[in-house]
Amino acid sequence: MATLVLDGLRKSFGKIPVLHGVDLSMPSGEMLVIVGASGCGKSTLLRLVAGLEEPTLGKIILDGVDVAARDPADRDIAMVFQNYALYPHMSVFDNMAYGLRIRDMPKAEIERRVTEAAGTLELSALLQRKPRQLSGGQRQRVAMGRAIVREPKLFLFDEPLSNLDATLRVTMRAEIRRLQRRMGVTSLFVTHDQVEAMTLGDRLLVLHKGQAVQLATPMEVFNRPANTYVAGFIGAPAMNLLPAKLAQNGRAAQLEIGPTIAFADGPRAGADGRELIVGIRPEHLHLDPAGFVLPVDLVEPLGSETVVIGKLENGQMLTIKLPCAGVSDTSLRVGISEQHLHVFDAQTGLRLEGGLSAVPSS
Amino acid sequence: MRNRVDWPAHVVLVLGVALFVLPLWLVFAGSTQDPAAIARGELSLIPRLEGFGVFASILRDGSPGTGPVWRMLLVSGAMAVSIAFGKIVISILSAYAVTFFRFPFRKAAFWTIFITLMLPIEVRIVPTYEVMSDLHLINTFPGLTIPLIASATATLLFRQTFLVIPDELVEAARIDGAGPWRFLKDILIPVSSSNLAALFVILFVYGWNQYLWPLLVATTPQLDTIVIGIVKMIGTETQTEWNRVMATALLAMLPPVAVVILMQRWFVRGLTDGEK
Repeated sequence: MATLVLDGLRKSFGKIPVLHGVDLSMPSGEMLVIVGASGCGKSTLLRLVAGLEEPTLGKIILDGVDVAARDPADRDIAMVFQNYALYPHMSVFDNMAYGLRIRDMPKAEIERRVTEAAGTLELSALLQRKPRQLSGGQRQRVAMGRAIVREPKLFLFDEPLSNLDATLRVTMRAEIRRLQRRMGVTSLFVTHDQVEAMTLGDRLLVLHKGQAVQLATPMEVFNRPANTYVAGFIGAPAMNLLPAKLAQNGRAAQLEIGPTIAFADGPRAGADGRELIVGIRPEHLHLDPAGFVLPVDLVEPLGSETVVIGKLENGQMLTIKLPCAGVSDTSLRVGISEQHLHVFDAQTGLRLEGGLSAVPSS
Repeated sequence: MRNRVDWPAHVVLVLGVALFVLPLWLVFAGSTQDPAAIARGELSLIPRLEGFGVFASILRDGSPGTGPVWRMLLVSGAMAVSIAFGKIVISILSAYAVTFFRFPFRKAAFWTIFITLMLPIEVRIVPTYEVMSDLHLINTFPGLTIPLIASATATLLFRQTFLVIPDELVEAARIDGAGPWRFLKDILIPVSSSNLAALFVILFVYGWNQYLWPLLVATTPQLDTIVIGIVKMIGTETQTEWNRVMATALLAMLPPVAVVILMQRWFVRGLTDGEK
């Protein structure tokens, strides 16, 4: 149980900056998911906290103490790696006990902790096996066990589920969440998988090109993405981002593809004609006999719903998620729900909130 | 299908076995013959039962002009084990340093070690002799072994082994709190144990077979290795007792064979079990 504060954390490899200053404050017991495309610096951030890399600048304050200069072993953290990183020549028991033995813990205590963790993770029958005799899921559980027995202040997860098959990933995801809740250990979880990010995190930190773009609860990130990058990254299928211009004294957007949509949540600042990006999630487009015509490019039936990818005359692609099967595969008439618009500035990509008072000056 | 005997394959195999075993058998049978008979060129392929005493005799007394064979075996064994162990210890440490640590001139250090590959003992024999002479190590056991220990072969092999060890394993150990020595002892050496065994076999045989350097540096009979001993037995002045030479040659073969068989079981297990 510990709080974690990152203060202006920067990292450059040689002359190449990878992280441009990340600030973060985590209350005790929080599960924070760091999400972003590959190369965004999320693994580097985790490795800085772990102590496997040295920050170029900034503080890592764990439970009130700056640990940035400390060795990984002296930070009281435990890490679960993507490829499990189990010691191949040691049994499951020894793998879990190794870190405790190095810390000269009494034998009885090691035995107690390992047995308990093995019980929690359903590994009791496998304690004498070697890692190669285990399945992928079991190995991952051993890696978890190795972290748990340490009873650290902080858990670090580096894409721990990405090597598992789809079914197992869902099960392990739930298991990690349950375990983390029960133990109440502050955790950082790195992933590029947005479903993992949405389901696991108390809060999400979206990283893009070494910068923290948004730090909020998963639903907040989903409902009010801070910029076009987050909007396109979170949610599947991805949000449609359409160029538009401000119209009707800031009360509506004139889409480049034709229709003008009034803002349901108040006007946006700026003169008419201001360049905008309007984001519409595929599920917020619906069939509407009075709507605009969308030539169908591809139909992807998912069983309970159908994803239709359309291609407009100007080359703009548009994705629609429909709650029904058997749609036409030539062309559809589509309407836009006004309540669910996301409006962004075309230059900065930043979100423009409805209501003039909430508008940041640009 | 599976019950049918594959005759051609068996014939080839039997021929192959015969090709390898026949010379050995000749040496074995010859060692039991009367030396005078061998000198006349009458080498029988049937061992003479009353000739078996020659093994005990050479082990105890050796041959005219040499010490007892047990001592030569001991010297050779000690030399081969020292060389194998010495090389392994030195090269594990140097490979560990150049693979896992970032220090100034790391590349230069590695290449300097690498270059010694081009300088085996036969090439640098005169300067090496001079150095040993200056250090007063001529006719001593360290003088016999140390120059043979210094080489890059094993360093190179260990470096390759260490390079394929995943970074995550190293990092996991760091987070677990293993310092450099503990990581070496608890993880690196056990993980590369099969390579270690294979290398030990190769280096033991290499050390056992050394001829030129022992010939130069160790002239006292107390430091005669078995290989030197065999050569000394083939006298120029006295009549050579070929049965003794053959018996010694046979005995000289046994330790390397034993090491290969023993370690083979170990490193094959390591190879089949092993997983990185």
